[in-house]
Amino acid sequence: MSIRVQNIVKRFGNFVALDDVTLDFPQGQLVGLLGPSGCGKTTLLRIIAGLESADGGQVFLDGEDASTAHVRERQVGFVFQHYALFRHMTVFDNIAFGLRVKPRKQRPNAETLRRRVHELLELVQMDSLATRYPNQLSGGQRQRVALARALAVEPRVLLLDEPFGALDAKVRKELRRWLRQLHETLHITSIFVTHDQEEALEVSDQVVLMNHGRVEQIGAPAQVYEQPATPFVYGFLGAVNLFHGRVHDNQLHVGADRLPLADNGFPADAEALGFVRPHELEIDPDPLGKEGITARVARVLALGATARVELTGANGQSVRHYEVELPRERAAALQLSVGQSVRLKSARIRLFAPEPQPAGRTLLPEGSLIGVDGEGI
Amino acid sequence: MSPRAISRRVLPGFPLALGYTLVYLSLIVLIPLGAVFLKTATLTWAEFWAIISEPRVVASYRISFGISLIAAAINAVFGLIFAWVLVRYTFPGKRIVDALVDLPFALPTAVAGIALTALYAGNGWLGQWLEPMGVKVAFTPLGILVALTFIGLPFVVRTVQPILEDLDTELEEAAASLGADRWQSFWWVVFPVLVPALLTGFALAFARAVGEYGSVIFIAGNLPMVSEITPLLIITKLEQYDYVGATAIAVVMLVFSFVLLFLINGLQIWANRRHGGI
Repeated sequence: MSIRVQNIVKRFGNFVALDDVTLDFPQGQLVGLLGPSGCGKTTLLRIIAGLESADGGQVFLDGEDASTAHVRERQVGFVFQHYALFRHMTVFDNIAFGLRVKPRKQRPNAETLRRRVHELLELVQMDSLATRYPNQLSGGQRQRVALARALAVEPRVLLLDEPFGALDAKVRKELRRWLRQLHETLHITSIFVTHDQEEALEVSDQVVLMNHGRVEQIGAPAQVYEQPATPFVYGFLGAVNLFHGRVHDNQLHVGADRLPLADNGFPADAEALGFVRPHELEIDPDPLGKEGITARVARVLALGATARVELTGANGQSVRHYEVELPRERAAALQLSVGQSVRLKSARIRLFAPEPQPAGRTLLPEGSLIGVDGEGI
Repeated sequence: MSPRAISRRVLPGFPLALGYTLVYLSLIVLIPLGAVFLKTATLTWAEFWAIISEPRVVASYRISFGISLIAAAINAVFGLIFAWVLVRYTFPGKRIVDALVDLPFALPTAVAGIALTALYAGNGWLGQWLEPMGVKVAFTPLGILVALTFIGLPFVVRTVQPILEDLDTELEEAAASLGADRWQSFWWVVFPVLVPALLTGFALAFARAVGEYGSVIFIAGNLPMVSEITPLLIITKLEQYDYVGATAIAVVMLVFSFVLLFLINGLQIWANRRHGGI
């Protein structure tokens, strides 16, 4: 079933959680709603489910306006971050709950119910634990029970609110893969909320990036990662090096240094922010070259196939940090030593105009930013 | 290191804490109660049986325990509704209502008895309307029920309230998303979680009601065989210097109360276990 939300607005007091959001979730796809905490993604999910009511706008399920329908009538399966299992019921009874509360006429008989629950238990690979209570299960098992319980009523859509948020890293990874497989078999229209970009990129067919109650970008995982539409998306999806300077003669002037640019639509002398991912930066060991940002090697971390080089900017007064990722052999060939002066270059610099940010808004999510250079931001 | 030392608990002081608890329990509870049993032991079985099986005494057990159970049951139902309203809704004056719930704790029970009697007597504010309808409250067993319900109200409210506050609303949201209506999600999801606390409140309200004296004697009318409670009989015997007779009845009350509270406790353990052993 397709879902459409149109001009959704939601406020909590003075705080605008959702600011005129319009989105289409196509039939049969698994869509990841990604954004930092407080960006409105969970609120949007709860509005689609009918657990929260919007201050404005509409929700269409299968083309029908469901804005005023009760959560009971919407036939949505909802999976909570903290599982929300009924702790006084066994795994079996938890999954059977949705079938047992059906109106008498639609209620399956005991045999059908038993068979249906066991089918679901098998689907989530929990058949041997049917008589356990939730607190006798691990977090990952609990979440699988919660998912089976949501699927029991054959929902038209599946909504997952940070489903792996409370689990440890290893289980998360495992369940992620498993959720993707489950989706391939069931093909039920699903939306899942996460603040973990890796999770969103790995699991979803489509990623919706949200920030401050607005949609920043929609696209396939590879598309949003390779072609971020806004500085926010750039910074949110992985680490990034940031150069702040002026565009002049097809070069980005950062302090006394220059970075050559490919074709860009920037007017001469315009202020610009250059974004470069760590693996798109190159190290030129010749410190006397004319192009590139001067920096000093601070640390070389060679782990696995890639080496990570941390550098500090030697340009200007304040200290800036950069990060470069390169194949291990390349790093070995460069024979970098700590303290060595080098120049940083890139063939793939993405330019954005620095937009004046209203107070209280951050341009980039904290932690994703590696280096800021130039005239200070 | 000996195996004993290995099995030591993380938190120290278990022997000291247990010893303290036992000494305290002995001084405050067991020794006075033991004295009651000792005093009673001066009677022969036949004498003891004659005192405790006297028809007037037996009738008083029925009234005391019967009405206390009914009062505790009423308090369980309304206490739950009370706690629900206090936790789930906001309304003007909520804090005042919340504070009022504890008032039956603080009020000297004799004052409560007099106030209730004045209200429900034939010429009282409520009595003057009820009596023409054929409902006599004051000086009847119904009056005892009103008094015992009054003094037991805070127990259920105060035991259920914190559990209800801790109860995650996500559970009800999950139930609703699975198609349960409000009644189904209350009955299958919320209520089972509240049962242990509800039973605790019920047991406390019941225990309090069984031992209640002050408020009841004013409103009960104290007619032998009809509206005479067991504590009153004990006092009556004491006033006649029949100490042994008084303790004999007290022993029956003690044993009876202990058995009932023990059963309620067992029920609670059972209810807890259904939670998957929390």
